Amino acid sequence: MTSSARFYSQATSIWLATPLMLALLAGFVYPVARLIALSFSGGTLNHYRRIFTEPLHLSVLLSTVEVAAVVTMACLALGFPVAYLMAKLSKGLAMVTAACVFIPLWTSILIRSYAWVVLLQRHGLINGLLVKSGIVDDPLKLIYTQGAVVVAMTHVLLPFMILPIYSGLRGMSPDYLRAARNLGAGPTRAFLEVTVPLSLPGVFAGSVMCFVLALGFYITPALVGGPSSMLMATLIGQQTTVLLDWPFAAALSTLLLAVTVISVLLFRRTLSFSKGLNSVH
Amino acid sequence: MSIDQAHDKAHFPLPRRVIASPAFRTYSRALGTIATGALVGCILIFLLLPTLIVIPMSISETDYIQFPPRGLTLKWYGAYFGDADWMAATWFSLKIALATTATATVVGTMAALAIVRGNLPFRSFLQTLALGPMIVPHIILGVALYLSFSPLQLTGSLLGFLVAHTVLAVPYVIITVTASLQKFDPALELAALNCGANRLQAFFLVILPNIAPGVAAAAVFAFLASFDEATVAFFISDTGGKSIGRKMFEDIDFNLTPIIAAASTILVATSLLLMGAAHVLNVRKPSA
Repeated sequence: MTSSARFYSQATSIWLATPLMLALLAGFVYPVARLIALSFSGGTLNHYRRIFTEPLHLSVLLSTVEVAAVVTMACLALGFPVAYLMAKLSKGLAMVTAACVFIPLWTSILIRSYAWVVLLQRHGLINGLLVKSGIVDDPLKLIYTQGAVVVAMTHVLLPFMILPIYSGLRGMSPDYLRAARNLGAGPTRAFLEVTVPLSLPGVFAGSVMCFVLALGFYITPALVGGPSSMLMATLIGQQTTVLLDWPFAAALSTLLLAVTVISVLLFRRTLSFSKGLNSVH
Repeated sequence: MSIDQAHDKAHFPLPRRVIASPAFRTYSRALGTIATGALVGCILIFLLLPTLIVIPMSISETDYIQFPPRGLTLKWYGAYFGDADWMAATWFSLKIALATTATATVVGTMAALAIVRGNLPFRSFLQTLALGPMIVPHIILGVALYLSFSPLQLTGSLLGFLVAHTVLAVPYVIITVTASLQKFDPALELAALNCGANRLQAFFLVILPNIAPGVAAAAVFAFLASFDEATVAFFISDTGGKSIGRKMFEDIDFNLTPIIAAASTILVATSLLLMGAAHVLNVRKPSA
């Protein structure tokens, strides 16, 4: 049924939306506006100048974008085959696969980060297996590295890539593939010229979601990343909880917010949060 | 030469006669399926293993992390339930999550009605704004909320958490309830109104029973969004009011004991039960 029947009057509609607007004002718009205002405190751009003139801060910004891009590509490489197979499987097997995707999605990020701490520790599970099997003599330094951050973040964000691609592929009519095969395309060619182009909206939606979420990740890098693999969010956390430099933290936050909003706007046409989330249930 | 043939040539240096034979095609296709299946199986293990590994860790007797677990004990569960700090954090988070669920579900459902059925002058703006908290990095929200709440002495308070978590949970409610409303035939509401029901009666007697599964699923999402939330909670907690997320974060960072594994196992089990419930609710046809 279409949603075109709009029969609540304007007054009723505004009344219905008022509690939401008040909540958003108190818990979202006002606090974020105040934070942005704080970054310009004193009427100067000094805090921003500090970000761009100190090499350390600039390198944190660049490595945040880099880590987000690497994580997004890793999610795409791992997520596409899963989504592809899920769309092709019979209903029962697809449900089992979907459960494997949803269980981590609805497990607290803290628990998953904790599991990675346990797995990657010096005397953790992975090092234990490596030493016992004789592959290495001494435990490797796995945790508190950039690699650990990338692996753990990829694990956390993978479902956000799988679900939009899956919902795109599932919506694809099998007639297109059949037509391509009838017209003489081999399986590889049909896949490359029919399936891949038709999956692109889902691929873009998933990539933007992963990239944007990765830009602002705090918990996972804070727990599995070391001081050498600082990201924007951990830098902001450090400025507020350790150094108590609020105006500078506000400037870093505003910059991170700007990068996030620009990324979303660039890909707005491909980004459908409701589409991605409707496939969640 | 097609891509396909080039592919065959490059990887299978076999006579053309063999490649073209039906038996070889069937064989190679089966091999391809097995390879894809094995690859996807490995990725699924990568997805699942770190989530489930906390369970065996919580029943190991050793007080450092050991895998495979040595012995079988429930003492870490006993330690979790016997620890005043863990219990205080758990109850505080439970209170917040229940209050958030109630608020976000009511506020979000009202807004979804206005968005789907109403004449809102700024509908798409409101929709974008309501989904904003999902896009804006939580670290920024955490810092911003701390900044606004601390002069009002709202950090560590139920009210402060309620406002913050409602804003974070409301997008899930709006998305879920909007989808339910769009599936529901508006003619039924018109019929109720024609038969003499007022707006309120039409909502409670006709619309709500029909979208109830969606609203219930939305409530589950709101609960989990609040209960599992850690980043914002980290910033707006204080020594007087600490959420379980803040407590876990501190313990993982400074005090890594198997109690965390026990607490995690309980949380994973809770999440799975609730998600299962939401799935059942959402799969069930509204009319059934």
